[in-house]
Amino acid sequence: MQTGIIFDIKRYAIHDGPGIRTTVFFKGCPLTCPWCHNPEGIDQSPRVVYRKSMCIGCLECIDACPEKALSPGPDGIITNELYCQHCGTCVDTCPAGARERAGKTETVESLMETIRKDVPFFDTSGGGVTFSGGEPLMQAQFLWEMLEACGKEDIHRVLDTTGYTDPDTLKRVARGIDLFLFDLKFMNAEQHRHFTGVSNEQILKNLELLANLGSRIIIRIPLIPGINDNKDNINNMATFLAHLPQIKTVHILPYHDFQKSKYEKFSMNYQARDIKPPSPERVEAIRKHLADTGLSVEVGG
Amino acid sequence: MNARIQQLRRESFEATPRISIERALIETEFYKKHQGQHSTPVLRALVFKELCTQKTIYIGDDELIVGERGPFPKSVSTFPELTCHTAKDLRILNNRAMTSFKISDEDIDRYAEEVVPFWQGRSMRERVFSQVPEAWAKAYQAGLFTEFMEQRAAGHTTLDNTIYQKGMFDFKNDIAQALIRLDFLEDKEAAQKADELKAMDIACDAAIAFADRHADLAAQMAAHEKDPKRREELKTIATVCRRVPAHAPETLHEALQMYWFVHLGTITELNGWDAMNPGRLDQHLYPFFQKGVADGTLDREKAKELISCLWVKVNNHPAPPKVGVTAKESGTYNDFTNINLGGLRPDGSDGVNEVSYIILEVIDELHLLQPQSNVQISDKTPDRFLKAACRVIRKGYGYPSVFNADEVVMEQIRVGKSVEDAREGGCSGCIETGAFGKEAYILTGYLNVPKILELALNNGVDPVSGEQLGPETGDPLSFDKFDDLYAAFVTQLEYVVDLKIRVNNYIEHMFAENAPAPFLSVVIRDCIKNGRDYYNGGPRYNTNYIQCCGIGTITDSLSALKTHVFEDKSVAMEDLLEALKTNFTNNEALRLKLWNKTPFFGNDDDRADAIMQKVYASLFKAIDGKPNTKGTEYHLNMLSTTCHIYFGKMLGATPNGRLAELPISDGTSPSHGADRNGPTAVVKSLGKMDQVKSGGTLLNQRFLPEVLEKEKDLDKLVQLIRTYFRFNGHHIQFNIVDTDTLKKAQAAPDDYADLLVRVAGYSDYFVDLDEYHQQEIIERTVQNRF
Repeated sequence: MQTGIIFDIKRYAIHDGPGIRTTVFFKGCPLTCPWCHNPEGIDQSPRVVYRKSMCIGCLECIDACPEKALSPGPDGIITNELYCQHCGTCVDTCPAGARERAGKTETVESLMETIRKDVPFFDTSGGGVTFSGGEPLMQAQFLWEMLEACGKEDIHRVLDTTGYTDPDTLKRVARGIDLFLFDLKFMNAEQHRHFTGVSNEQILKNLELLANLGSRIIIRIPLIPGINDNKDNINNMATFLAHLPQIKTVHILPYHDFQKSKYEKFSMNYQARDIKPPSPERVEAIRKHLADTGLSVEVGG
Repeated sequence: MNARIQQLRRESFEATPRISIERALIETEFYKKHQGQHSTPVLRALVFKELCTQKTIYIGDDELIVGERGPFPKSVSTFPELTCHTAKDLRILNNRAMTSFKISDEDIDRYAEEVVPFWQGRSMRERVFSQVPEAWAKAYQAGLFTEFMEQRAAGHTTLDNTIYQKGMFDFKNDIAQALIRLDFLEDKEAAQKADELKAMDIACDAAIAFADRHADLAAQMAAHEKDPKRREELKTIATVCRRVPAHAPETLHEALQMYWFVHLGTITELNGWDAMNPGRLDQHLYPFFQKGVADGTLDREKAKELISCLWVKVNNHPAPPKVGVTAKESGTYNDFTNINLGGLRPDGSDGVNEVSYIILEVIDELHLLQPQSNVQISDKTPDRFLKAACRVIRKGYGYPSVFNADEVVMEQIRVGKSVEDAREGGCSGCIETGAFGKEAYILTGYLNVPKILELALNNGVDPVSGEQLGPETGDPLSFDKFDDLYAAFVTQLEYVVDLKIRVNNYIEHMFAENAPAPFLSVVIRDCIKNGRDYYNGGPRYNTNYIQCCGIGTITDSLSALKTHVFEDKSVAMEDLLEALKTNFTNNEALRLKLWNKTPFFGNDDDRADAIMQKVYASLFKAIDGKPNTKGTEYHLNMLSTTCHIYFGKMLGATPNGRLAELPISDGTSPSHGADRNGPTAVVKSLGKMDQVKSGGTLLNQRFLPEVLEKEKDLDKLVQLIRTYFRFNGHHIQFNIVDTDTLKKAQAAPDDYADLLVRVAGYSDYFVDLDEYHQQEIIERTVQNRF
């Protein structure tokens, strides 16, 4: 059976598409944006993380570990990465919740079971499920099976995507998507490569492809001060979007640094730590600028 | 809010709560002179009349609706015939820091000399407590249950539209007819009924006299008034007070004053819990609003002003303070008048009208402690109205609360009320269901359900007091399976409920005999027809409720026992009992395991929710259908008000990892911090409770204002509520949290795991954010306030 690696499921997600939604976060992303607000979603393999602040020093995890990978240290529990298989036995054992899974293998059925729980809310609110990440298209086959399973049960499907994939995969998956939330970061290929690690060439082509296929698309622009909020970039986006059919709506997602603690939690280096959130005035100026080109522009999801 | 309302609101807000001894003095003097000369109902009616004709009356500057229970706003009467404060009580009330009531030394001395000696041994409370069995007294002391009527008369009294169609003269006519119809040959209660009816007639005269005195005072004030505008207002007040309550009201002003006089009458006569409630005020007032607008005597602003004046009046009446208080103990000034808006009309059509919207504006603009309000939402209620209510909710006052009108109707039909009466019914106090104007729905007290499990885990002994309070249901170490433990719990439960009911029935008998309420009986339907008092089965419907507390705590505790002791066998019963006994001292690992590794109620997890259903069914079986003294039945209610804090204090550590003395779960909400999957999961879990078999449930949800910032967010709140109601949810209310709560959440994140905050373009759980951002949000919230 096809399985997927999922790092979070959020119910009552109210900013990830229409209505009340359940958002499923796929683990693994081809981009490495330094401002990423779900850094635990970049790496595709499941991991076990340790939160020292919650550890009560009971040492139960050490006894439980089948690989004998854990040992007590002066500064909490030490994990020998050579032995750790990230099996999660310690997570199940730890009474304090100091050990946590980042990423879990799910089957279509196990995930559907969770999604089905909130169908009554989807029905009342016109909501559904949003696949986000990471980049769900990295696990295209599993995503497709999820889309089919949801489709069979009339559950509205949103894909929150970087758009970075091969066109055939995208075309195949697009048939199962009711609404795309499509990220647009830079119009300049070099800048895109510099900040995200990949070129935007395929992303822009994919966006055109989807627009021409008649897919419903909302563009999402993460607004990162000093990085992509310059006039040229914004103008180029507006010009590009202007001649795409189907695209009428843009959401601006102003940069915030609430993810900072996540980087600490996952022992990752937060490269964007010096960036400050944009002022409301700045956000409004850009919103207005884009709106003046005839697009419907909202701030936030 | 116009200048008048601003002024009245400020005066009410700033007035110091005081104790007035006037009522007690008048009453005591009257009892001394006349006790023994009349039947009890007539004596009570004459006391009421004496109060109405002798008490100081008050008309404040700029008031349009007039009348106070005490001599001044926020001047609270005492009711020594029920519970007599001692001089020490009064001193504590005067001196304590929290919810104090000021009283002069001179008044305390006078009270000690003239009031206290007479009521010693005579007050209802003393008489009741002298008669209760020892087993009851011990259980009561241990905090297994509370008793509502040991301090106050039973309340939750709500009116229908009768008083807008009939004046006191009409009621007197009805009473005269009922007296004529009495059959002294066949009806062995005829003499008793005659006494009750005569008492009701006197009570009508008393109310008319009370209004006349206000009319006289207003006319007198008008004669001396220099300002021509105020002079005219005073003249109008005089005209209104001559008309109501003697006659049925004809204008909106008269309708509001009619209600207010009736309200004052009932809270002067006795001190029922939940002062008094007009019920569906929007529906009652709408015909007067329409008429006034049509004939040009009224516009929307004027209507709003008059309604606002009623709001100030209700706020002027803090709840009478308890006796036997401690200096530390705080109470509440809230007397729980809870005004119902929207809902259905008796014919089943949507009840929302223009006055419903006006009242929402009044609630928003005045946002006083009292009255509180709720919206009744049926499938027929337009989203526009629910959304307008959500806009007020968003302000963070904690009200209006939201009720499922269709569920409220079903709950009442289940217990045999007519469809029309059920539709005109609603909720009073907190969440209690009743047929407005036609029912005595007596709340008898709270039941500490987790404490009953504690008895089952200790063979009937209360580990806190060491007393044997319940039957010996076996040493828990001898229980082989979960069902053995559960059977012990059920045995304890049935024993405790029966113990409580036995004494409740005795107290009811005492109230019926010694504290009839003839005035209240006039305005509650069928009391006149039946010739019986409100407290003696007079109303069309008579219900007793027991309010069960801590469904979250008990479910989670049983779930922990089932999972770890009986299924996984990873925790030995012996070790668990030892840990509970020592309050988890040196055993934080076990406590955290229970707290973090147990399926808990509120997560849409069938493993826990099935236990909740089992407990609920047992509560239902133990309570529902038990006979009361009126030939009718007990039902269960699922609310705790603030009693979950007291019950928690009386309870040791529990198997869900809760430490001793901490609060138990409130209402039907999950244990604080146990619901970890967001509001939809909570709503789904609650939806598994067969709420139609209750007289009400209570669900608290906490949100930060940021979660409801945009109109779109408000839509989603509306949809969340609608979905809960599709699952037959009875009630939901929202705390749009303030800084204080956020700071508490920072200090005790476990208890606030469910607190949703809007972070930036998305929402997240507050406790998942780092300290810096928690702080940032705390500061941002404050900025949003000003």
